[in-house]
Formats: sequence, C-alpha cells, structure tokens
Amino acid sequence: MNQTEKQKAYWKKNIGLIRNLLIVWALVSYVPAIFFAKPLANVDFFGVNLAFWFAQQGSILVFMALIFIYAVRMDKLDEEFNVQEKSTDKGGSA
Amino acid sequence: MSTEALTLTLVIITFLIYIFIGWWSKVRDTKNFYVAGNDIPAVANGAAIAADWMSAASFISMAGLIAFLGYDGTIYLMGWTGGYVLLALLLAPYLRKFGRYTVPDFIGDRFYSNGARAVASIATIFISLTYVAGQMRGVGIVFSRYLEVPISTGVVIGMAIVAFFAVLGGMKGITWTQVVQYFVLIIAYLIPAIAISFQLTGNPIPQLGLTFSDIAQKLTNIQVELGLFEYLAPFQNLSGLNVFAVTLALMVGTAGLPHVIIRFYTVRNVRAARWSAGWALVFIALLYTTAPAIGVFAKYNLISTLNETPIEEARNIEWVEKWESTGLLKLEDKNSDGILSFSPGEMNEVTIDKDIIVLSTPEVAQLAPFIIALVAAGGLAAALSTAAGLLLAMSSAVSHDLYYRIFKPDASEKQRLLVGRIMIFLAVLVAGYFGIKPPGFVGEVVAFAFGLAAASLFPAILLGIFDKRMNREGAIWGILTGLIFTMAMILMMRSTQIFGTDAPVINDFLGINAQGIGVVGMVLNFIVAYIVSRRTEAPPEEIQQLVEDIRIPEGVAQESNS
Repeated sequence: MNQTEKQKAYWKKNIGLIRNLLIVWALVSYVPAIFFAKPLANVDFFGVNLAFWFAQQGSILVFMALIFIYAVRMDKLDEEFNVQEKSTDKGGSA
Repeated sequence: MSTEALTLTLVIITFLIYIFIGWWSKVRDTKNFYVAGNDIPAVANGAAIAADWMSAASFISMAGLIAFLGYDGTIYLMGWTGGYVLLALLLAPYLRKFGRYTVPDFIGDRFYSNGARAVASIATIFISLTYVAGQMRGVGIVFSRYLEVPISTGVVIGMAIVAFFAVLGGMKGITWTQVVQYFVLIIAYLIPAIAISFQLTGNPIPQLGLTFSDIAQKLTNIQVELGLFEYLAPFQNLSGLNVFAVTLALMVGTAGLPHVIIRFYTVRNVRAARWSAGWALVFIALLYTTAPAIGVFAKYNLISTLNETPIEEARNIEWVEKWESTGLLKLEDKNSDGILSFSPGEMNEVTIDKDIIVLSTPEVAQLAPFIIALVAAGGLAAALSTAAGLLLAMSSAVSHDLYYRIFKPDASEKQRLLVGRIMIFLAVLVAGYFGIKPPGFVGEVVAFAFGLAAASLFPAILLGIFDKRMNREGAIWGILTGLIFTMAMILMMRSTQIFGTDAPVINDFLGINAQGIGVVGMVLNFIVAYIVSRRTEAPPEEIQQLVEDIRIPEGVAQESNS
C-alpha cells in the first residue's frame, strides 16, 4: 500500500467510526428525549419516567462514553496504520 | 468566625493561589502566551476546558433555570454537553494537528484569504465580548451578595486578579489557574448537593437520589395540585420544535465557541486532544448531571416549606428572612388570609428568583457557614475562569490575527508578545466596563454568542476539514450568509430589549425562537458554501495538501509563520 492509499484507507475508517458514533449520539438524545418524548414519558423508570431520565441524565452519560470510545478506537487505528505522532517535541517556536 | 469573615478569608486564599500561579507560569514567548507551549497534559486540559466552559451562569443560575423549565430544561443539559461529542469527533483532533494559535488562523490559512481571516476574527471578538460582559457582572454580584461591597468594586477586584495572571502568564497562566478553579467550583457545587440529597432522599449521590427516589414524582404531584405545570412531562414550557432547535443550536454553538476550541491547541498531540475532550466532558458532566437533581430538590423543598404556611411563621425562618431582604424571594399575602399559597398567574404569593435555587441550598440544608463561604468562592472561580479564557480568545484575535497575520507580518517575536499583553489588558478593561455598566440587553445577547458560533465558525471549520473541495469563495459566502441571517433574526426577535420597540418585529421564524435560530443560519451556511464552491475554482494544490495533512496525526504541522 503506498502512502496515498494508506491515508485514504485510514480516513475512510475514521469517517465510518465517526458516522456510527454520531448515529448513537442522535439515538440517545433526540430520539428518546425529543421525538418520542410523549410516549416514553408514560414509561416508568424507577422514580422518574424514561424520557425524562434520558433528557436530564442518560444522554449526558452516553455522550461521555462516546468520546472515550472514539479516543480508544482511534488510538488503535493510528497504531494499525502507523500514523501516530511519534514525538511530542515539535521543536522550535513559531 | 462570622459567615462574612469566613467568606472573605476563603476568597482571599483562593485569589492568592491564582496570583501565585500567574507569577509562577509567567511566559517569555508567543507560543507559551497563546497556546501554553503545547505542553498541557490531557487530563489537566480537560479540567481547564471544564472551568473555561462553566461560567457564573452555569454555576449560579442553571439549576434554577431547569427548576423553572422542568423537563424542557433539557435544552441546556443536552445542549451544553452534546456539543463536546461534536468537538471531539469533528474538530479538536484536526485543529490540533493544524497546530496554530487561534480559530481565525485556521479559517484564514485553510481558505487562503485574509478576508476570511478578518471575518473570523470579528466573529470571534463579537462572540467573546457578548459572553465576557456577563462574567464580570457575575463576579460583581457574588462580591456584593456575600461581602456587601458595591458591584462595581467587586468588578474592579475581579479585573485586577484576571489581568494579573492573564497578562503575565498568557494561556499558560490561564490554564493552570483554570485547573485549580475547576476543583474549587466543583467542590463548592457538590457538597451542598450531596447534603440536600441525603436529607430529602436518603441517598447521598444526587444523581441516584433523583432517579431512584420518589422525590421527582412528589414534586410533579404538588405542582399539578397547585395548578402549575407537570414537572416530569415534556414540552410544558416550550414547543417540541423549539426544544429540538434550541438543543441543536446550543450543541453546535458550543462546538463553535472560539474560547473552547483554542484550548485544544494547548495539548501535546492529536491523541491528547481526543482524550482531553473526554476528560472535559467527565468534569462538566459532574456538574451538569447534579444540576437537575438540585433543581428538583430545592424546588420541592421551597414549595413544601412555604406553601400553606402562615406568612409570619415563614418569615421567622432564617434563610427566608435573609433572601427576602435581597429581593430574590418575594412573599406577598395577596388575599390577606395570612397564609402563603403558590398558584399560577396573578394570585401567586411566593415569587422565587432562579438564582436562589443554588445560592440558598446550603442554608436551606442547614450546612455550616464554611460551606456558604465555599459557594461564594466557587461562584467567583466559575466566573473568573470563564472570563480569562474569553479574554484570551478575544485579544488573540486582535493581536495575533488582525495585527500580526494581516497588518504587520514582519513584527518581531518581542513586539508580538508585547502587543499580546497590551491587548489582553485592554480586553480586561472593556470587559470590566461592561460589567459595571452592562448594556440593558446583556442577558439577551447570550443567544447571539451561540447563534453566531453555530451559524458562522462551526460550519466553516467543519467544511475546511471534511470537504477538500471547499474553497475560499464558498467559505466566505457561507459565513456571511450564516452571520447576517442569524444576526438579523435575533435583532428582530429581541428588538424590544435591544432597540426598545414596543413589540418584537417578528416573534419567531417558522416557529423557531431566537435561541434556536442559529440552526437555520447553520443550514443556510452549509447550502450556500456548497453551491458557491462547486461553481468556482477548486482550492490550490498546496491547500488540498494541507487538508490531507491535518487528517492524519503523524508528522509535524507546518509552521509557515516562523
């Protein structure tokens, strides 16, 4: 695989991962807390209802998880394609 | 010691710490001044982003806002956290790879245009300025409420502190003070929350207390009995369409706010940029998942304490007396039966200001005076840390983008650093002026900051990374369309506060209110940018190479400005 193909493959995988995570992002926020808020407000979830729980607690917890999943998966992808930043010393100032 | 003496002591101790950090992190070059030398660890940057992000409004007002909006308060909860997913996945890693100092830096270089750079600078200055005025005001209010000094004196003290560590330490000083400020503010927020949660639900963890006890259901029942809205039911205060539009506008606006974005330039590499976004949201979520719990607890407590209570008896409660004297709590026996009652509309006898929900919690929960002092220090930390980040974003747009990149590209390192320091000092003075003499519409213009960020900066950066074919013409026309549309809409919808007209020129746009209108501006920006770019010349070869380059973490970002 030459340099350009490698970059293309890496970018394609990255885009796929971003797309999947953003689908989950929309599924846990807009869908239960806004689009289906009325029906889900009738479903009990312990002391509150399911729509309310997603709106004020659950969505935020999933947002956190999504960012960490992305960070972990990208660490692996960087290694797989050997494109990680090797040195933290950028040398010189701008 | 009295509560006031304790508060004063605690405030002075925290201020001395901030000053010490400013002195310790003093910088001698522009790289340290603007991006802290790219040397901030991911977790520390996460805490700094959280403090940068959570303002006086998040700390003092948000739980109260949610308590009054009920379910619909989710616009702030999801809106101000969901944006971090967009930042982490779509912007932060690539901007870090690009590796310069500011947001206009990226827009100007990627779209090979000083015109685009200037427009982005002006948008940055405007967004940050509208935001910072409220922070300085917040500092003044905390001072006046807890230490009984005039608001203007409080603002001047706050200005002096921020000026010291920002002018001396630049981004490096700001970052490390923000890290400390995060811990001050989160401890101050959590202790009263844990105490009131334990009292009301028997569970010390507020998030669990809210979900697993029947307190929210009890609040909803009381509210319905009194004829108020059903707390747990959706769309009681806002239409479903507006909940959707405002949530999306706040998410996208968050991702487009310059003072948040530039924090990602300060970490060591692309990997650290991704991780620090995660840490930032953990630190933010700690407060944002607690706020709705405090909202429910405090509102339940206030209503159950005051409703059907004889007014004289209520006034004997210490905190009622204190907060009534500040005007934030109003008790009026309108029907002269000597007994207080909550009701919708005219005959309501208890008026509660939203700020009281957080500020009174320690007293309502009967916590030690030390905790009350801590809440004051926490409110100040929240306001000062946000102000500092905004001041840097604003002044770097002037000193780096306008002065150095556009007007005087041959300026020496020494000149640039000096101009940077002067600009941040001037920015402090301007912010302080607005804090003391706030324009009447300060509260209203926050909608501007998010709307404009969503409609201008976010789409331009996103297209710059993900659409290689996007060119100068497309980006500039897109930004201008988004900016002008959003600005015109907000001015018309808020004309009563801004121009003093009797009624708003228009009430909404297709049912979307001023807070959510940025979403429409963003969509227009995307459409115009796409159409214009496809009908004009493709960007030059070296720009397409730049896009390829920022998409992979490997390699040193080029530094054309050296």
